[in-house]
Amino acid sequence: MPDTSAPIAVEMRGITKRFPGVLANHKVDFAVRVGEIHALLGENGAGKSTLMSVLCGLYQQDEGKILLAQKRELSPVQIHSPSDAFDLGIGMIHQHFKLIPTQTVAENMILGLKDTPFNLQMTAIENRIRDLADRYRLEVDPRAYIWQLSVGERQRVEILKVLYRGANILILDEPTAVLTPQEADELGAVMRNMASEGKALIFISHKLDEIMAFADRVTVLRSGENVATVEVSNSSKTELAQLMVGRPVLFTIEKPPSQLGDVVVAMEKVSALNDKGLPALDNVSLEIRSGEIVGIAGVAGNGQRELAEVVTGLRPTTTGRITIRNRDMTHQPPYQFIQQGVAHVPGDRLGMGLAGNLPVSDNMIMKSYNREPISSGIFLRNQMIRTFAQNLVKAFQVLTPNLETPARNLSGGNQQKAILAREITAGKNLTKGDEPPFLVTVYPTRGLDVGAIETVRRELLEQRAQGVAILLISEQLDELLALSDRIAVLHGGEIMGIVDAAEADIEHLGLMMAGELHI
Amino acid sequence: MNADLIISILSIALVAGTSLVFATIGEIITERSGILNLGVEGIMIMGAVIGFAAAFHSESAWIGVVVAMLVGGLLGFVHAFLTITLRAEQVVTGLALTIMGTGLASFLGQELGPEGGALVGLTGPRFTEISIPILSEIPIIGPIVFNQDILVYLMYVVVIAATYFLYHTRSGLHLRAIGESPQTADAMGVDVFRLRYLYTIVGGMLIGLGGAHLSLAYTPGWSENLTGGRGWIVIALVIFASWNPWRAVVGALLFGGVNAIQFRMQASSTDIAIPATLLNMMPYLLTVVIAVLTTWMQRFNKLIGAPAALGLPYNREERH
Amino acid sequence: MIHLKFEKRLEQSRYSFVGVLVLSIVLALLFGALLLAYAGANPFVAYAEMAKSAFYSDWKETLVKATPLIFTGLSVTVAFRMRFWNIGAEGQLVVGGLAAAGAALFLPEIVTLPESPWVWIPIMMTASILAGALWALIPALLKAFLGVNEIITTLMFNYIAIFYYQFLYTDAWKDPAGRGFPGSARIPSFTKLPRFTGRVHLGIVIAVIAAILIWVIMSKTRQGYEFRLIGENPTAARYAGVNLFRNIILVMILSGGMAGLAGFSEISGVSFKLQQGLAVGYGFTGIIVAWLARLNPFGVILVALLLAGLLVGGDELQMSMQLPAAVGEVLQGMILLFVLGADIFTRYRLRVVQPPVALTSGD
Repeated sequence: MPDTSAPIAVEMRGITKRFPGVLANHKVDFAVRVGEIHALLGENGAGKSTLMSVLCGLYQQDEGKILLAQKRELSPVQIHSPSDAFDLGIGMIHQHFKLIPTQTVAENMILGLKDTPFNLQMTAIENRIRDLADRYRLEVDPRAYIWQLSVGERQRVEILKVLYRGANILILDEPTAVLTPQEADELGAVMRNMASEGKALIFISHKLDEIMAFADRVTVLRSGENVATVEVSNSSKTELAQLMVGRPVLFTIEKPPSQLGDVVVAMEKVSALNDKGLPALDNVSLEIRSGEIVGIAGVAGNGQRELAEVVTGLRPTTTGRITIRNRDMTHQPPYQFIQQGVAHVPGDRLGMGLAGNLPVSDNMIMKSYNREPISSGIFLRNQMIRTFAQNLVKAFQVLTPNLETPARNLSGGNQQKAILAREITAGKNLTKGDEPPFLVTVYPTRGLDVGAIETVRRELLEQRAQGVAILLISEQLDELLALSDRIAVLHGGEIMGIVDAAEADIEHLGLMMAGELHI
Repeated sequence: MNADLIISILSIALVAGTSLVFATIGEIITERSGILNLGVEGIMIMGAVIGFAAAFHSESAWIGVVVAMLVGGLLGFVHAFLTITLRAEQVVTGLALTIMGTGLASFLGQELGPEGGALVGLTGPRFTEISIPILSEIPIIGPIVFNQDILVYLMYVVVIAATYFLYHTRSGLHLRAIGESPQTADAMGVDVFRLRYLYTIVGGMLIGLGGAHLSLAYTPGWSENLTGGRGWIVIALVIFASWNPWRAVVGALLFGGVNAIQFRMQASSTDIAIPATLLNMMPYLLTVVIAVLTTWMQRFNKLIGAPAALGLPYNREERH
Repeated sequence: MIHLKFEKRLEQSRYSFVGVLVLSIVLALLFGALLLAYAGANPFVAYAEMAKSAFYSDWKETLVKATPLIFTGLSVTVAFRMRFWNIGAEGQLVVGGLAAAGAALFLPEIVTLPESPWVWIPIMMTASILAGALWALIPALLKAFLGVNEIITTLMFNYIAIFYYQFLYTDAWKDPAGRGFPGSARIPSFTKLPRFTGRVHLGIVIAVIAAILIWVIMSKTRQGYEFRLIGENPTAARYAGVNLFRNIILVMILSGGMAGLAGFSEISGVSFKLQQGLAVGYGFTGIIVAWLARLNPFGVILVALLLAGLLVGGDELQMSMQLPAAVGEVLQGMILLFVLGADIFTRYRLRVVQPPVALTSGD
């Protein structure tokens, strides 16, 4: 058991951080003890990442101070940059790995380290890495290039990197998001091991189960403020959830029984390559019926993105056949897919779903600009564009100052609502309502706050009720279980099995996600 | 063709390619840091004109070299300030530097001569060939490699130093990192902002040196449009070299060789009747061919491609 | 310690760029004053001379020089809107000029058509548009199918075009009756653009019409929407079903065609023959024109007039004060550099930041 009287390792007092138009942290107090695993819980946008970015020097706080145990005494420190933080023994393991793919593990390890000799002696560095890897049981080859490693291995490199720098305070930003349930358990053991060696660990998460399993104490952030810091052993999932959201939460969502119709989309033994030209999808066969939500589970990077791009025509297939309502769509361009009523809510909102600098109105017509009534002949009809965009904004309650606002300036939730509005409408318009459209959604609730998540999930179920065939790609098992009718598990580009969501077992799904089970 | 002719052509190729090597390595260093500097042509021509003027007035070619490098560094700083601090569009800023540099060089060429007169047609100090004892007597290689002006020898040093620096030192590792992923480098405590400034300035200095080699060694003296698009060829050479100093030498020699052959054919135009204007096209045509071939080859190997963050601004607190 | 930091503006201020432009011109003029003083001239007198020449005594020349600049400015505008870095307007202008001259010099011998400008001007325009478009099309195809960097290819094509054009006027198309002077024969009178006053010719009207046309395409048509979308986010454009290849090729045909028209207007409206002086940098200045105009076709007209004035003023400095004409070029480059630098103030606001708490470091 952790020592509750252990000395404080680091303390943040009255931290306030503003971004233009957003108050990300407001007078947050936060302290971590030596040898403790301290969870930082909060919804997306609650200010967890911002607070930790301040601690590791990526952002500068506007107000407040940071105190660090130095020579057994807490003294104020100034952290102007990540290198200041490293010097003070604070290291962050980012959710999006801070690794350079074209360099080796060892090169990544010493990046930014001041005490490395000017002339690099890689052998000595590699040996030190091996020692450290043995001690903390984090197997990795120091000479491997990062791009050759799996996601789990990359995370190990990240942790090793921080340890290599002699960090005493480790911040882990949602470390399990990319792991299978089993891998997450292993990580828990590694964390416990590090804590027992006297490290202080800060563990950012919004997954209550993990926090209950791994953490000693938990600090809950809501809308940028610290609402509570409690001992995990004295708390419960329900209490933490309530603290996080600010109101009682229902863990389930009403899902009416499905009204299955005809097959809308069928993939037969489809294979495809990723951007690097390596195989990403391997003989995938899948059918989705009208009124059905098929969920895709899997650890990120196992072909989800490629799958979504293949069924929307954005990525060429190498073998196999794709049909939509029995029409062969293999090798057709994206435009033809759109014409068949294939709608797509991409995972990367500003990367693919929106042109951030263009006004909301221009973004709303992305799927209908080349048809009546938005355009007539070669000309666009500005009045029609306005009416069309206005209607969508109203119907889906997209909060925007006006239609001329650049889409980039909307909040994540409103961007997502705008994309959903456009895609759902486009799908309906193109099939003229008599044939069921096909909707592909990739990580549809990622980065949204609870309110927006509920809206999006309800909308998906509403579309299902109207007979739309839906492919739902998500990294959250609870979301898949709550919304899907069937769940297919992707591992290494292969479908490991398709199970009925109502009878799905998390243990089994986890094994399939890890590639250990094939049914 | 006899051996003497080949030696003579290769020897000219080497000296003609030297300014390209300096400038290409300079641009490689800048681009490795993630900054695209399309001002090479403008910086080279400024280095050439001011370097020559400084050498002329001080009667020392070395002072010319130093001044040219300072001018190059200053223009590199301007590019860095505009694109890093003021976040200006990198492509257009580089073009603006070239437009401004070309105009300014033309202006200065008419003003920096004795008593405010023109520089055109003047003869100033220059670097002449120095034969290295023993080494220059090696058959074939000796007269080509070891009978050159001192800046060519300096070029050998720069190539080796740049290669070693890039792949075998801590700072080289950091340089490669900031152009590949500034976010990562920054999070690891590498000062992206400062280093991008540094390498844009260093790159500018080497490009200025390339300009100085033109006006102080290869074609001594100043004339309008002295660089004749070499700065743009450098941009292509960087791609050809896959951002690798060693390969830059190969590319630069290729262009030097084309220059040398051009020289030869113009000198002996009796037997081959190709008009000079069409011969002059060759390096530019070759650049297009090389750009096409290299792009084609790099499609199959992502590892030798451009630094991933090349041309992209980096701003730590900007949320997308 | 207090430091400054840039903060993104949520709403861009609409007219701030006019302020930026004016400020940049003032700063560039100040820098130019240093150069002029160095060259031994009184900057005030020199600037007064320039202004007088550009906008009063030689205003007609300003219009003459603005004509090709509007075309090349439009050419660059179209390409840059789609973030296609066409630096090849100079070469496209040259081949446009070659095509116009070639059509005027040799076609009348081959085909019998009424000898009227109403017939021949459209023929020459078509020829120069096709030539410019074709010259731009090769880099566009290389970019679309192989991903070859268009900055390099368009630039190199400038040099190739210029050397070919030199070859033509000094060799292949050289007028045997030209008493040894390099240059082609003069084009027939029915292939000349009518002049209004001085050397001001119909080309300026065609240029303004072209600007209106480009504006309509860019902001009123589906095609313009596709260009916009690709320019802002090519991935999103592909996702919206836009065919990228087709658009790259279309935009380069449009861009090259505009630059080709600049060559046509120079041949048919100013020089009347192929000779030295066709490739004097209008293509490169077009980049400045387009950027200062913020890629707005109507802005292009205004900025082209301004920069043409600088060129005319620079020539005047050379003639009356024996100063290098390059002053005009330097000023253009400086204005662009200052605009690029000052542009940040339209996108960001400068905020004075005080550090959170004044503390000394821990140990």
